[in-house]
Order: sequence, then C-alpha cells, then structure tokens
Amino acid sequence: MPEEIKAHITGVVFQITTKPGDRVAAGDAVIVLESMKMEIPVEAPRAGAVKEIKVQEGQTVQEGDVVAVLE
Amino acid sequence: MFGTVLVANRGEIARRVFRACRQLGLKTVAVYSEADRGAPHVRDADQAVEIGAAPARESYLNAQRILEAARQARADAIHPGYGFLSESWRFAEAVQQAGIVFIGPRPDAIRKMGDKIEARRLMSAAGVSVLPGSFDAVGDVTRAEAVAREVGYPVILKAAAGGGGIGMARVDKPADLGTAFAAATRRAQAAFGTADLYVERYVERPRHVEVQVFGDDAGTVVHMHERECSIQRRHQKLVEESPAPGLPAATKDGLTAAAVTGARAIGYSNAGTMEFLVDERRGFYFLEMNARLQVEHPVTEEVTGLDLVVAQLRAAAGEPLPWRQGEIVQRRAAIECRVYAEDPSKGFLPSPGTVQKLELPSGEGIRIETGIETGSTVSVHYDPLLLKLVAHGATRAQAIERMTDALDRSVIEGVRTTIPLLRRVVASAEFREGRVHTQMIEQGAFNA
Repeated sequence: MPEEIKAHITGVVFQITTKPGDRVAAGDAVIVLESMKMEIPVEAPRAGAVKEIKVQEGQTVQEGDVVAVLE
Repeated sequence: MFGTVLVANRGEIARRVFRACRQLGLKTVAVYSEADRGAPHVRDADQAVEIGAAPARESYLNAQRILEAARQARADAIHPGYGFLSESWRFAEAVQQAGIVFIGPRPDAIRKMGDKIEARRLMSAAGVSVLPGSFDAVGDVTRAEAVAREVGYPVILKAAAGGGGIGMARVDKPADLGTAFAAATRRAQAAFGTADLYVERYVERPRHVEVQVFGDDAGTVVHMHERECSIQRRHQKLVEESPAPGLPAATKDGLTAAAVTGARAIGYSNAGTMEFLVDERRGFYFLEMNARLQVEHPVTEEVTGLDLVVAQLRAAAGEPLPWRQGEIVQRRAAIECRVYAEDPSKGFLPSPGTVQKLELPSGEGIRIETGIETGSTVSVHYDPLLLKLVAHGATRAQAIERMTDALDRSVIEGVRTTIPLLRRVVASAEFREGRVHTQMIEQGAFNA
C-alpha cells in the first residue's frame, strides 16, 4: 500500500537523497530540507521502496506537503 | 569620521547599528532582500537599497551587490553586523579596496581567527592555554587516530573553517573515529567549502565563558570583562550573562589577561570576543575568537554602561579608545535571553510563519532588541533569532527577577518560540545557583 511522506516543517528542499526504486529503512532520510540555516531530514516512516519524489532541489515546501511516496 | 554607514545585515542587529549611527549624527543605509521589503530595519534607515532575492547567497551574502549598493547610496562605511559576511576577510578587504571604511577588525585579523587551526597555533604561541589536540589539519583517519590516542578519548573533531557548531563530532572510542571523521569531513566541505578538520580533547560539562575585547589602531587593547554563555543548544547560545556567577577571581583574572594577550598578539582592532571553555577544575582553554560584534554585546553594555557599537564606529574612524582599562567596571548584573522561532518541545525545530501577535515588556532594567513586529513574516531563509530580551539590575538576583517578569509578559503568537524553555531555565535551581554547563539542554535539564 503506497504511503505519502509529508514535510514536517516549512523549508526549502536542500538535497534529494533518494530516487525512485531505492530501498529505505524506517528513519532513513528521503530528502533534506533547509530551514533557518538548519538542515532537517524528512525521514521514511517505515521500510520500503521509494515510488516517487514529488519535489525538486531549491523548491519551497510547506508543512504537510507531500514530498515523496513509498511503494 | 565617515558620514554615511551602510549596514550589510537585517533584523535586530541592523536596527541596533542604525541607532548608534543616529547617536553620532551619521546617515544610514539599509540593504534588504525581496523577502524583507516591509521589514522594520528597512524603515529605520535614511535610505534603503534592495539587493536581491530571498536566499541569503543572492542578497545578504552577495558581496558584489552590497558594494554596488554602497556606491549607489554614497555610503563611505559598512558595518557587517554578525553572521552573513561579518567574518569574511575577503569581504572586509573588498570593502577597503573600494575606498570604504570597514567597521570591524582588519581583514588579516579576521583571516587568522577564521582559520581555527591557525588561531590555535597563534594563541598557543602567545602563551594562551589551548586544549590538547592537533595544530595542523588532520588529513586522514590514521593521523586523527594518532592525535586522539595522544590526547585521550573522548575527542571532538572540528572544521578548520568552522563556526556555529557546524561539522563538529564527538568521538568516544577509537572504533567510532572512522565514521565520525567521514561525516565531519563531508559536512565541513558542504558548509565551508574546505574539508580540513582538527582534533581537540573533549571536555565534559564545561562552562563557556568569553571575554569582550576592544582594540584601536594605535595598538591599545582592553577587555570589557566576561560573559557566561553556557546555556546552549546545538553549540549556539540561548542565555548569556555578566558577571559570570561563581567564577573564582583567579580564574576570571586569568581569562581576561589571556584574552588581552591573545588579541594583542594579532594586533587586533575594534570589537572582538575571545571564547574559552572552563572545565570542572576551573582550568580554562581558548576555544576561538569571534572577530566581530557578538549577538550578546548588550549584556556587556548594560554591565559597564558603555556603548560598544558607538565605540566600534569611533574606532573604525581611527579615534583612540575612549576608555582606560581601569575605567571599565562591572557596575551591574545583566542577562540576555535569545528568543528564537524554534519549537523547544520538538528538538528546536525551526518555526517559520507570520507573527500574529506581539506583546513585549518594558520597564526599569528591561532592554529589548527586536527585528520583528506584528505581521512580520519569519522566513525560512534566515537565522531564527526574533529578538533579544535583556534584563539588568544592581544585583544578579534583581536581574533574574526582572528577566522572569519580562519572559512572563512576553507574548508571541503565530510562530513557536524558545520563550517556554527560557522561562524554565531562568526558574531552575541550577541557573539560579550558577551551576551551569554547555551540555545541559541536550541532556534534558530544562525539559517540561
């Protein structure tokens, strides 16, 4: 069952650390946001494969925006 | 004296510098990014120049654009504030080459202190005590291992070009060194563009005590006493005060003497801060020098009754220091609390947003330095510092009482802030008794 990964804070996408097809463990950073000079990873809530990355580096995301989808 | 000062910064520090300029009858120029069009610091200045898009590297970190703004506004001096370009010796040099006065230390002093390994070498050579560790960049894990074995675990890996706690990693045992070294190297490269690391012995439960120094072009250097800044998160300060509570006179004298010796050794001019760690046996070690005005300078101003920013302007204009060492006295006690847009209940996660409501205290012994007002947008692009609450009194107890009241009366809605945590810090027995160290917050000492 696919699961959406949402940003837990507002920030700018600093780095995309995974790509579709990558296997991740629970707690792995899927993307990294930058907010107020801090780098904040958005983590996979469970183990699985990345189905889709919904954002691009440099893009501003709001808290609650979907940034990626797990298979 | 120059006539028009451009402040290459934003928020509370830009406003603070404008105030000092007005006091000396100087004209002021603000610069601002697209995101800061309506910001209070823009309205405070006589002129304002937009310098670029919201991301700092396109505006407040864009040296070329700031120099163009200075030419356009006919500014003949630039104050860098803190953060952004304040510790860029290349910027300071470019300012001078453009025929503009840089309000701060000489570029070469900024360069020397910006290279943390060079700073360790210079201070050690001047007789200032530094932590056991490496005096060169450790190029690989083998070398780091050798140094760590020599000084003893735990050790800390630090970035040579570091600052703000970025790229630091504590290592407890040899088996962890490889991973920590790789991670710290990566972070240093990403943050500073140079991967050089050095190793220092890690000090458990240290106090962070720093000394304000001030020098003039004639080579006179004085100290303006100490500030205790141990209450920190992520190696960044939250609460500062002066005098440092419970600091033995011998330690204090040693610190201030070392600070002046160190600053003299590099021919330091203008305002600067020598930072030290004080260990549980009251030994102290040079940590780094901040070659600029510090966020927490108001603490020293309230304690001594002297205006550091006015003094910076005068010193930059070539005037001799207006005070002799003996005239600089700690007359009062002062505390500063930094109010950040961060959520202390969620590991200090940033909390950008819009300030819906802002009520700030006023009254005897209360000073506020703020960069925001009701309706301000707190942007993701900049440092989360919203404002600083400063309380002073005849005694430390009175300053604490006033700070307690000031925190209770402060209301900020729309963004999460550090105020709830600051209230718990100031109310705690540890703080009141001066039993503080730099690891307290991460150890959960002030959790709700």
